[in-house]
Amino acid sequence: MSYILNERKNQVSHAGINADTVACNKPSLAGSVSQRACVFCGSRVVLYPIADALHLIHGPIGCAAYTWDIRGSMSSGPELHRMSFSTDLHEKEVIFGGEPKLYASLIELIDKYQPKAAFVYTTCIVGVIGDDVERICRQVTREKGIPVLPVQAPGFQGSKKDGYKVACETLFNLVGTLNLPTPKYSINILGDFNLAGELWILLDYYKRMGVHVNATITGDGRVDAIRNAHNAALNVVQCSGSMNYLAKMMKDTYGIPSMRVSYFGIEDMSDALYDVARFFKSDEMMDKARDLVRDEFQRLMPALAWYRERLQGKKAAIYVGGAFKAISLIKALRLIGVQSVIVGSQTGTPEDYELIKQLCDEGTIIVDDSNPVELSNFVKEKEADIFIGGVKERPIAHKIGLGFCDHNHERKEPLAGYEGMMNFAKEIYATAMSPVWRFTK
Amino acid sequence: MKPTYTSTRNACKLCAPLGASLVFKGIEGCVPLIHGSQGCATYIRRYMISHYKEPVDIASSNFSEETTVFGGNKNFITGINNIRSQYHPDVVGIASTCLSETIGEDVPGLIREYGEVNAGTHIPRFVNASTPSYCGTHMDGFHHTVTATLKAMAQAGTQGEHINILPGFVSPADLRYLKEVLEDFGIDYVLFPDYSESLDNVHTREYQLIPSGGTPVRRIEMTGTAKATIEFGTVFNKGAVRTKGPNHIESAGEYLQRAFDVPNHQMRMPIGIDASDKFFDTLATLSGRPVPEKYQKERGRLIDAYVDAHKYVFGKRAALYGEEDLVLGMVGFFEEIGVHTVLASSGGESGLLKREVDKLLQTDNDTRVVNGMDFASIREEVKALAPDFLIGNSKGYYISRELQIPLVRIGFPIHDRFGAARIHHIGYRGTQELFDRVVNAIIEYKQDHASVAYKYI
Ligand code: SF4
Ligand code: SF4
Repeated sequence: MSYILNERKNQVSHAGINADTVACNKPSLAGSVSQRACVFCGSRVVLYPIADALHLIHGPIGCAAYTWDIRGSMSSGPELHRMSFSTDLHEKEVIFGGEPKLYASLIELIDKYQPKAAFVYTTCIVGVIGDDVERICRQVTREKGIPVLPVQAPGFQGSKKDGYKVACETLFNLVGTLNLPTPKYSINILGDFNLAGELWILLDYYKRMGVHVNATITGDGRVDAIRNAHNAALNVVQCSGSMNYLAKMMKDTYGIPSMRVSYFGIEDMSDALYDVARFFKSDEMMDKARDLVRDEFQRLMPALAWYRERLQGKKAAIYVGGAFKAISLIKALRLIGVQSVIVGSQTGTPEDYELIKQLCDEGTIIVDDSNPVELSNFVKEKEADIFIGGVKERPIAHKIGLGFCDHNHERKEPLAGYEGMMNFAKEIYATAMSPVWRFTK
Repeated sequence: MKPTYTSTRNACKLCAPLGASLVFKGIEGCVPLIHGSQGCATYIRRYMISHYKEPVDIASSNFSEETTVFGGNKNFITGINNIRSQYHPDVVGIASTCLSETIGEDVPGLIREYGEVNAGTHIPRFVNASTPSYCGTHMDGFHHTVTATLKAMAQAGTQGEHINILPGFVSPADLRYLKEVLEDFGIDYVLFPDYSESLDNVHTREYQLIPSGGTPVRRIEMTGTAKATIEFGTVFNKGAVRTKGPNHIESAGEYLQRAFDVPNHQMRMPIGIDASDKFFDTLATLSGRPVPEKYQKERGRLIDAYVDAHKYVFGKRAALYGEEDLVLGMVGFFEEIGVHTVLASSGGESGLLKREVDKLLQTDNDTRVVNGMDFASIREEVKALAPDFLIGNSKGYYISRELQIPLVRIGFPIHDRFGAARIHHIGYRGTQELFDRVVNAIIEYKQDHASVAYKYI
């Protein structure tokens, strides 16, 4: 494996063969073409779906331009989140300070769009030129009577994962500032971003079980619901990386317990429902969950069998943002007869990688914070047929002649829930079995 | 005229290192390195990949908190070493960022130091472009990098028979067309930057670490001894704000003329018959050969198409947005076919757009010409002006959808369709493509909204 940079060798391991743990939580190496983004990116993607808030990016234009409508997060109401607002700093402000421009921008945008709250993201150079963003936010909060919250996210202060934490801290400042009547069996859904309307699928399931969903953080998110989030009985947290921190703070401060779930694949999806019923200790709820799962299984299984028959023996490479998602994907792929031969993530933790090792067949490559050079070599070595990843991995797969399934935040087909499992199978089939591969061999 | 908002709402421009990266992708054997923190490089890659549907590897020097305080020296060296051991590049193109510029990184110094420490080993060539985005847009970054590359590589010598073609920011299809034209003329040429292959490659069956294609360094060196330069554009990066360095910004062609006495033929992007004529006539003069019959026929067919469809476009009202030089090319083309450009707008901030539009149209024209636009302002203008169609990159789609006005996609980025790299804009053949698409967009809209499904037009 001469293509792996020396300093990165301990970030690559195999399932079974050796006991090496995958080193992770490390900053990306200079000069490597990491697939990761920055702190700002992490905070931006987490807060982005809050649809009735103003998201103002304080910095030069690029950081805002590249994140305009970056996620396919849908809203059932306002769509202010789909606008890209920037203070678009110029040289003058870099030299003399950007505070006046930030203030003027906030005032004009709040006046025009009447948001319920405003998030002000500070990007790299703001961290350097020393604008007192917090002071401006306090001032505008006073003047406009809405929460104006700084999101301190200069890109250089870490990786995307650190941005998740920053976002959670910001959200936590909102939680507990409003009290609305909240039913007994109430949960908050944390860490679903309503990509392609996935959250709505989950809401339907929980509704069928008689569970009230209080705040959705942040998919189809609303400021007031988040402010009232402390009144829920339970936090149901998806996606290990981004929201655990908020759940922890809410537990420490408001005593709200949390559970980790995943909505990808039918095993994990069903557990996500049963666990909630178990938490509320309600037999009625559990019965409803069982009915629901049975109904869905009866519809799904015959259809999936058709795919499994055809996909049996195909090999997949997984490289996604969060490791928890990778874990669900391994299981979901197994269900349709596909073996995972490479599993990697941008932001996995040691525990995630341990779990992946146990789940995978011997010899599976496990990697943290990979890059195009490594990934292209891995898939060749392992003779993968399909790649599951995000936008930046797609051309790698395609250039080598590999099928590709988009599991990133731009996707337009829901992949969560039972319905999502069906879409996932369809998509894997569509890419693995296309006749075009005849021309790439 | 400037929009009245302090903030930028849905920017109609991108940042400077993206333009620099495009140029670096047009140098053979080159790996771009963005000197700053990780996010900028990743975002720029993603943005380019979604348009070109090709791998776009751009390295980053991954600034951390420590780097930001103590300087990027260490990251620069590790970065270059890692790029060398993974990619084995001939050239490393370095673009600075807002961050590295703000903390005052001395990239030329870092390069020099690196060369000294590694003397004796095979060191790649370095090109350094200073591209803080607070001084300009992606186009400023693009043109600045073209000039910076020539400054680093062009060499003096006895004049040759070749010419330089500096096309500016055009599509891979446009670049391939230019090569075809020049070959058909039998002219030896240096086309720079040439990302026609690196950003629109064949199926390679393997992951090429550095995609094939690009202008070879030894050809770029020859730009200093060319007998002429043809460069497309009139605005370039002349609007960039730079406090460091000279205030008067030279285009790359102007630089070659001043430094190496290479005569510069500067012209509007050749879209439309007049502008294409100018380009082909210049080639005929420089080569001493007539325009090949193939292109005379292309021209003839284009005129024939203009005639056949003239009634469908005459008097139609267009709202244009995009890079200044592209907008100007389109304004000239629309003038030829009787399309009234009601809005000519750009996120570029040169302040030169109005002057240049007035050169193309009568000075008492009523075209709204606006520099420094963002999409939110474009939307407001479009709403008020109610044009028949929008034309520009795909980011205007939401306006088109909301206001029910058809959109013709050209330029960059096109993130919601396939084939962006294959859109051909220039010369007779490119104009033909644009003309057909504009005419058909208008017809399609009318047909879709007609009370019957008519079969002839
Ligand atoms: S900091 Fe500057 S270079 Fe980086 S993305 Fe933002 S605008 Fe572009
Ligand atoms: S690294 Fe910094 S400058 Fe670059 S995109 Fe992230 S926040 Fe913006």
